[in-house]
Amino acid sequence: MSDLASAAVEQVYREHRTRMLAALVRALGDFELAEDALQEACSQALRKWPRSRVPDDPFAWLLAVARNHAFDRLRHAKMARTKLPAPPEPVTMSEKQLADLGDERLSLIFTCCHPALAEDARVALTLQAVAGFTAAQIARTFLVAEPALAQRLVRAKRKIRDAGITFEVPADHLLPERLQGVLAVIYLIFTRGYTTADASLRLEALRLGKLVAALMPDEPEAHGLVALMLLHNSRSAARLSADGDVVLFEDQDRTLWNADEISEGVALLARALRFGSPGPYVLHAAIAALHVQDPVDWHRVAALYTELLSVAPTPVVELNHAVAVAMADGPAAGLELIDGISGLDSYHLLHSARADLLRRLDRRDEAVAAYRVAHDLATSPADRRFLAGRLRSLEVP
Amino acid sequence: MHYMFLIYNCGDRPKPGDPGFDELLTRVNAFADECRRRGAFVSGHPLKPVTTATTVRVREGKAMLTDGPFAETHEHLGGYYLLDCRDLDEALELAEMCPQAQYGSTVEVRPVERIPGLNHGLE
Repeated sequence: MSDLASAAVEQVYREHRTRMLAALVRALGDFELAEDALQEACSQALRKWPRSRVPDDPFAWLLAVARNHAFDRLRHAKMARTKLPAPPEPVTMSEKQLADLGDERLSLIFTCCHPALAEDARVALTLQAVAGFTAAQIARTFLVAEPALAQRLVRAKRKIRDAGITFEVPADHLLPERLQGVLAVIYLIFTRGYTTADASLRLEALRLGKLVAALMPDEPEAHGLVALMLLHNSRSAARLSADGDVVLFEDQDRTLWNADEISEGVALLARALRFGSPGPYVLHAAIAALHVQDPVDWHRVAALYTELLSVAPTPVVELNHAVAVAMADGPAAGLELIDGISGLDSYHLLHSARADLLRRLDRRDEAVAAYRVAHDLATSPADRRFLAGRLRSLEVP
Repeated sequence: MHYMFLIYNCGDRPKPGDPGFDELLTRVNAFADECRRRGAFVSGHPLKPVTTATTVRVREGKAMLTDGPFAETHEHLGGYYLLDCRDLDEALELAEMCPQAQYGSTVEVRPVERIPGLNHGLE
């Protein structure tokens, strides 16, 4: 019986943790209080369910117990300060209102990704509150000391409570920009999983993206992001060799690509494109979809990068555009574009792309010099090994 | 919820008679009108330059006056608004509209603390 009860608690928690937390933050207006209350409700369930029976609606039971616990704590906090006048009432809800609350997960996501929070705090808070990571897991993922990470989370939660960051989906006129902010946090989590070859982090980013897309079915950019992540993820097994070395796109073993993820990504992309006037994530996904075709239509890729430059111009997009032009129209055309880019002098990929084009133009000395710069700027061991290999192959006559 | 907009580094703002002053004045007035239209305006004023500041400390019952601002920094408080906003989103939206934010100044948005029993007539 006790095993049955703890299995039941665990199942409700695993399936509904985010929803319960979202409802409690909405009801209590305070992240920390909501988290503590949910923990308390779970431990009460572990104690009480073995002796009675598992309630018919464990979700509602946990929410009601958590809410009551939080109210008790607020009452005690008030009584402890009897000498002082009563503090203002927090935003609270009756048990009935709480039970009637819809899905507040979207509000939770938008709150965690609020632009008034520092970017690293947005990422950490989203991983903790929405994805259910522990502070220790997040600290390991981002190579930060756990106390510093925990402190960052507490600070963010208190700012949300104290600065008047409302727990809701933003108003229509703010929505497009704020949604881009949410998607950027999810994509940051994904790229972190990509650079550290952490597959579970990438899957978590995919889960988060799919959740936003499911909750906002009319936002093509949300579908675009999921398509983009699926298409990138589909190639992850082919991206590194067994020794952990970088395998260039043209040398990748296509049989290692994940066909299911590719078809899922392409289908989502088609759905997102039907909305018209594609945004940055949809365009990135369209480019990624062209990359998994054989042969790659580099003229189409270059044209999509031009379109991307008109909606979201960044030096990195300029660089990718230049590389696509080099593939379509030859290395000289690409090199001319690369040499016109400013603001990427310390980005190793600019120098390695430049070096590759110089190599293909038989300008060996310049290629060697550019590979050296790239090698010195690169930080990941796999990138450094790859660039050192390129240098050796050029320096040996 | 009340928010204080602390406007830093107003040293270069045009003064009466300078070119651009009339335009700035029009824009600042339009901003205050927008705040009033939303029911957000509580108060707001520019401050005279830090050269006019006197700093006061009372130690052991004795007032110590210092000529000058509290901190010798390049960032000086040049003015403020006190606004009643629905939430931080509205406050940040107004801060973006604030003409001073576009004139080389920086606007720091700080929520006003509510302390039980403190009666300053804002609640």
